Amino acid sequence: MAVAKLVLAATSGKSSKILLGLRVLAFLATLSAAIVMGLNKETKTFVVGNVGNTPIKATFTAKFQHTPAFVYFVVANAMVSFHNLLMIALQLFGGKTELTGFRLLSVAILDMLNVTLISAAANAAAFMAEVGKNGNKHARWDKICDRFATYCDHGAGALIAAFTGVVLMLIISAVSISRLVQPNKCSISTTAATPSVVP
Amino acid sequence: MVKLTKRIGALVLRLVAFGAALAALIVMVTSRERASFFAVSLEAKYTDMAAFKYFVIANAVVSVYSFLVMFLPKESLLWKFVVVLDLVMTMLLTSSLSAALAVAQVGKKGNANAGWLPICGQVPKFCDQVTGALIAGFVALVLYVLLLLYSLHSVVDPFLLQKS
Repeated sequence: MAVAKLVLAATSGKSSKILLGLRVLAFLATLSAAIVMGLNKETKTFVVGNVGNTPIKATFTAKFQHTPAFVYFVVANAMVSFHNLLMIALQLFGGKTELTGFRLLSVAILDMLNVTLISAAANAAAFMAEVGKNGNKHARWDKICDRFATYCDHGAGALIAAFTGVVLMLIISAVSISRLVQPNKCSISTTAATPSVVP
Repeated sequence: MVKLTKRIGALVLRLVAFGAALAALIVMVTSRERASFFAVSLEAKYTDMAAFKYFVIANAVVSVYSFLVMFLPKESLLWKFVVVLDLVMTMLLTSSLSAALAVAQVGKKGNANAGWLPICGQVPKFCDQVTGALIAGFVALVLYVLLLLYSLHSVVDPFLLQKS
């Protein structure tokens, strides 16, 4: 399993490079999900009725702000991408800051919290999108995707990016936890030149 | 002595989490109401919404898992695996709870922009039971976050307190 291989690799010094690569990917995925959903808007004019011979047109807009689940989706994806950006910056520009004890633990805990955050956001948006796509006969809710096709397509793209982010964050969290298991100190500098000494 | 109380505390925590997940499952499954208006009979069940079905399945998985872990012996090497599984179960719980909450919020308030009417006015008892199930799910989630932190602490020893 890929996760097991990553956890084994974490025991060597390469774990920081793998972690950096994964964090960049997760940052890009969640950022693109937040941006695509944040700019999701479609305006369409429909004919709603006829008065005599002249049709009455009304303009309807589909925005992401109409659904609270999508608002939460955008906010949560922005937060997770910000967290990944912070961790990347810490790893690249932290210099010789030693990742020991409490700092390593706080990174692992923050990663776990962000995993739950992004999975909740992605799932809430996914189920709301499913209701929007298929409607609900029992509650008499009409589907909206047949009328606002572009809105639905953009939403689907954002959802795919968010679920990629979920998988990536889960792997990142597993790698962070596995770094806790090894009691040797790992410094943040990316070149693992000095071998770590186990007391 | 401290270790024994810690172990009993963890066991009690897992028992309560199992109880909460089981309660959420049962309350959601037994929520059913029949309402009739204008000679149209409408029955609200939890299977009407996909999010509620996912909620039931996720809580069932978490209940079974909690029940099995309660009987894991202390010296087993599987406790390291329990940390990862606890994280996965927390993810399951939070995703199912947020999905059910998103759909239930539309059922309660409706969505004026999409033309979706709220259904809680017609089936109030169904709505109340769903609310109760969601609250139990939230309690299970909070307990699972605590359990996750405890498993991490007991397996990984991140503060390097024990000299090996």
